Amino acid sequence: MAILEVHHIEKHFGATRVLEDISFSLEQGQALAIIGSSGSGKTTLLRCLNFLEKPDRGSISVGGSVIFDADNPATQRESEVRKKRLHFGLVFQSFHLFPQYTALRNVTLARELLAQEQPDFKQNKKQILEQIEAEGRELLAKMGLSERAGHYPSQLSGGQQQRVAIARALALHPDILCFDEPTSALDPELTGEVLKVIRSLAEQKTTMIIVTHEMAFARDVADEVVFMDGGVIVEKGPARQVIEHPREERTRQFLSRYQG
Amino acid sequence: MLEFFTSSTFQTVISALNSGFLKTLQLFFITLVGALPLGLIISFGSMSRFAPLRWVTRTVVWVIRGTPLVLQIIALFYVPGIQKWFNWPSGESGRMLAVCVAFIINYACYFSEIYRGGIQGVPKGQQEAGLVLGMTRRQIFFHVTLLQMIKRIVPPISNEIITLVKDTSLARVIALQEVIWMGESFMKGNSGIAGLTWPLFFTAVYYLIFSGIVTVLLGKLERKLSFFQ
Repeated sequence: MAILEVHHIEKHFGATRVLEDISFSLEQGQALAIIGSSGSGKTTLLRCLNFLEKPDRGSISVGGSVIFDADNPATQRESEVRKKRLHFGLVFQSFHLFPQYTALRNVTLARELLAQEQPDFKQNKKQILEQIEAEGRELLAKMGLSERAGHYPSQLSGGQQQRVAIARALALHPDILCFDEPTSALDPELTGEVLKVIRSLAEQKTTMIIVTHEMAFARDVADEVVFMDGGVIVEKGPARQVIEHPREERTRQFLSRYQG
Repeated sequence: MLEFFTSSTFQTVISALNSGFLKTLQLFFITLVGALPLGLIISFGSMSRFAPLRWVTRTVVWVIRGTPLVLQIIALFYVPGIQKWFNWPSGESGRMLAVCVAFIINYACYFSEIYRGGIQGVPKGQQEAGLVLGMTRRQIFFHVTLLQMIKRIVPPISNEIITLVKDTSLARVIALQEVIWMGESFMKGNSGIAGLTWPLFFTAVYYLIFSGIVTVLLGKLERKLSFFQ
């Protein structure tokens, strides 16, 4: 069964239609790449999944249960939205690390705040916090950042900051991890280290949605690729097929701009 | 020269100026303690998603910032009695109370605009990052936005605080016996001393020393917050 099902999502900003009739599903452990030119609605789609934007129409299900339905206000209560967000992780294009905290604290902060809501937090406070910190350090180690745990974001390179941001998202164990152009704000020589991390996440069967302009990366790492244009899904299929042998003319035109 | 500093006139003047400056300090600290938090509440009002509250708050801020503090002190001190709403306690304590209320309201409005700039100056991505990590708006404010906002507002708040040091002298308009009032009193006649002009100008030394200390402390705070960008 699909872990994520998106049905007929539609979104307008005023009179501008940004998303129209977006439907797709994602299997557990799969990586989906979304490609398309700027303004095609890719980022808005990710923001809808993370409840940063509210779709005007459509529904979103995770693990078989409906977490958002535009026709059902009961699925949109602020108090529940907060918990539902935790199904998803989001890695932003420009990182958005918290500048006043060290790399480690960036990773552990949200976990600690959530842990405070556990009924047994007061009794086992020390133990819980120690465990969260240990997990945080482990995640940073996975990102190759053990040495940087005590550094502030301003002391890190862009690539390191983005890897901290990935660790921060992973710390909450989201069902689906979303990346919004994770390498677009990076110098070319720094994109490699971030792509490498995402690639290893794919190898560990992390369920992911990656909005990216790195076509070769999408082809090699993603299981499926979606091409979006003008707010609609133009083409969807196995990664290699969509990128190397696109069926649609619009996809072909878009991809030709990426092949020298 | 030495005789001057040991003369009874000098001793009398200095002890009077000291007691005046004590009032100045009282007014200064009470205003800060009241206006810093009140300003934050007002800034929330002026950013409220509830439009009527937003417009009422912004109008109040406009009136308070758009009229002289002297006028506000006079109005607050005399109008309630004239209109028979209530009377301030009599004597110096009543004057102090009225003037504190006027200063707190006035400075809170100035602070609220600085806070608003500070809060709105924190990139929106910070709030979104908090949201996708499952934080509540309250948690985001206290754990993410607040310190970044404080860092942003320290320089403009420092400016206001230095101005406050000197604005306290406006309290003399309702005859609160702060340091300028005391200094001037020796021109008119106080404790059998009259026609002295130096005490009035000597009050500048108090202001200079105190604003110097405040400047150093706020500079320290600014450096303390420079550990992040």
